[in-house]
Amino acid sequence: MTDLTKLTLAEARDKLKAKEITSSELTGAYIKEMEGARALNAYVLETAEKAAEMAKASDARLQKGEGGPLEGIPLGIKDLFCTEGVRTTACSHILDGFTPTYESTVTSQLWRDGAVMLGKLNNDEFAMGSSNETSYYGAVTNPWKGKGEDKALVPGGSSGGSSAAVAARTALAATATDTGGSIRQPAAFTGTVGIKPTYGRCSRWGIVAFASSLDQAGPITRTVKDAAIMLKSMSGHDPKDSTSVNQPVPDFEKALTGDIKGLKVGIPREYRVEGMPEEIEKLWAQGIDWLKAAGAEIVDVSLPHTKYALPAYYIVAPAEASSNLARYDGVRYGLRVEGNDITDMYEKTRAAGFGAEVKRRVLIGTYVLSAGYYDAYYIKAQKIRTLIAQDFKQAYEKVDVLLTPTAPSDAFGIGEKTDDPLSMYLNDVFTVTVNLAGLPGISLPAGLSTRGLPLGLQLIGRAFDEETLLRTAGVLEEAAGFNAEPDAWWRA
Amino acid sequence: MSVDQNTVRHIARLARIAVTDEEVAPLAKELSSILDWVEQLGEVNTDNVEPMASVENLALPMREDVVTDGNIQDQVTKNAPGADDGFFAVPKVVE
Repeated sequence: MTDLTKLTLAEARDKLKAKEITSSELTGAYIKEMEGARALNAYVLETAEKAAEMAKASDARLQKGEGGPLEGIPLGIKDLFCTEGVRTTACSHILDGFTPTYESTVTSQLWRDGAVMLGKLNNDEFAMGSSNETSYYGAVTNPWKGKGEDKALVPGGSSGGSSAAVAARTALAATATDTGGSIRQPAAFTGTVGIKPTYGRCSRWGIVAFASSLDQAGPITRTVKDAAIMLKSMSGHDPKDSTSVNQPVPDFEKALTGDIKGLKVGIPREYRVEGMPEEIEKLWAQGIDWLKAAGAEIVDVSLPHTKYALPAYYIVAPAEASSNLARYDGVRYGLRVEGNDITDMYEKTRAAGFGAEVKRRVLIGTYVLSAGYYDAYYIKAQKIRTLIAQDFKQAYEKVDVLLTPTAPSDAFGIGEKTDDPLSMYLNDVFTVTVNLAGLPGISLPAGLSTRGLPLGLQLIGRAFDEETLLRTAGVLEEAAGFNAEPDAWWRA
Repeated sequence: MSVDQNTVRHIARLARIAVTDEEVAPLAKELSSILDWVEQLGEVNTDNVEPMASVENLALPMREDVVTDGNIQDQVTKNAPGADDGFFAVPKVVE
């Protein structure tokens, strides 16, 4: 690893502005790391040439003392974000060769601010998964391994390429998306920071849709400060997404004051689930102590409908997915398998183009939306969502932020949970409530498991109060002092 | 089992996904286990609860009803597996 890839995003930004380093040097170092880490399968498309060109243009701007907030910073982009002229497939066979003629709003804002694209990152097919194993391009391997183990572990999902790339230092930061935990759980599994902002904070325009009422973009980074910097560039109102909220974007970096004296932190008792490993309990208790020591007041709160969040999610998300994925029919883009007539062509194309998990969810969604079942399933689930949102509202009358574990375990092995969809779904037990209520949540690395793998803590904030979330996360990060790194076994 | 094999064939047809005979039985089992698991929502009394329509209860914004885009037929059909003369080409639909 070169010294350049040791820098955080904030440090690199400052050195670029001070002309101590150039983007071409920094980007060159990352291209080398990216190309040397193919064993991880984090990238599904490398765009080294484009990166070198963008870095050169950034250097020209930096030389003149110009340049945006992310000028010259090399990023990886999750393959769910449409990138103009650069293949975008959501890691599905059905989008084979799809090359957008437009740019997603979020990525266009990153380029507006001067960032450099290294390539497209692997994810679960259409973001449906918690381990990055459903990708058409194959699983991503977590850079981390258990102490004395050689077993390949998952990097979490669906943003597994993003989390692995940032953890292995093959991208300075990455974009990601989160529908049920897809930013926060991979961050927890790889010792990185991931923030899912409030629903409506980032435009969804140009991001391949999974479940539209839950999907949100956000960054995966090495530090809380880096997350604040990335989030500012990614956020903002976009008339092209009618659910994007027209509110000013705060300077999130300024929120990191390190001062949480008097802050009220809620500990939801329902998150103490049966069978939770003792080391997760311990880490949670440690987090409580850190916040107390920093002057926060700890308050016991109840979110009584927590246990219904996952089953409600597995109605709402597949229902919306079955509707969103209706567009993949072999006519407008991607794969086409010829048939005897048009219906036969649709059915054969979708049978060949979708993987097993996507089919499962489309079929569940079709079932719960079909005649006679809509009220019993979809409307019922949307009512449960109201109750879950009310739980949070009541909690926030007493507290400013909530602290929970991010995931119920450390990273598991590739292939360990693929035979049992339900056990895979349980990964999202602590994260999915946040999507259903539309709130912001952040995961940060807080310690290592007994196997030597990263564990994350999650903070959940009030809607549009990412500032308190980041401020509290900054304090936890400082207290945890997490600086462990995986051994670079993947380097070619 | 809440979903039998005929139901799998029916919803696969609705979803326009071809399923083979070998796929039907395992799918029926998987879908049933997921649907049986979500049945626990029945425990919750939701009689006077409004279904959640949006996160922040914001009214959808209105905009001027004007053309803001267009004349990009080449871009629209650029990724189509079958495109002809600016149109999407599909198998014959009308006999």
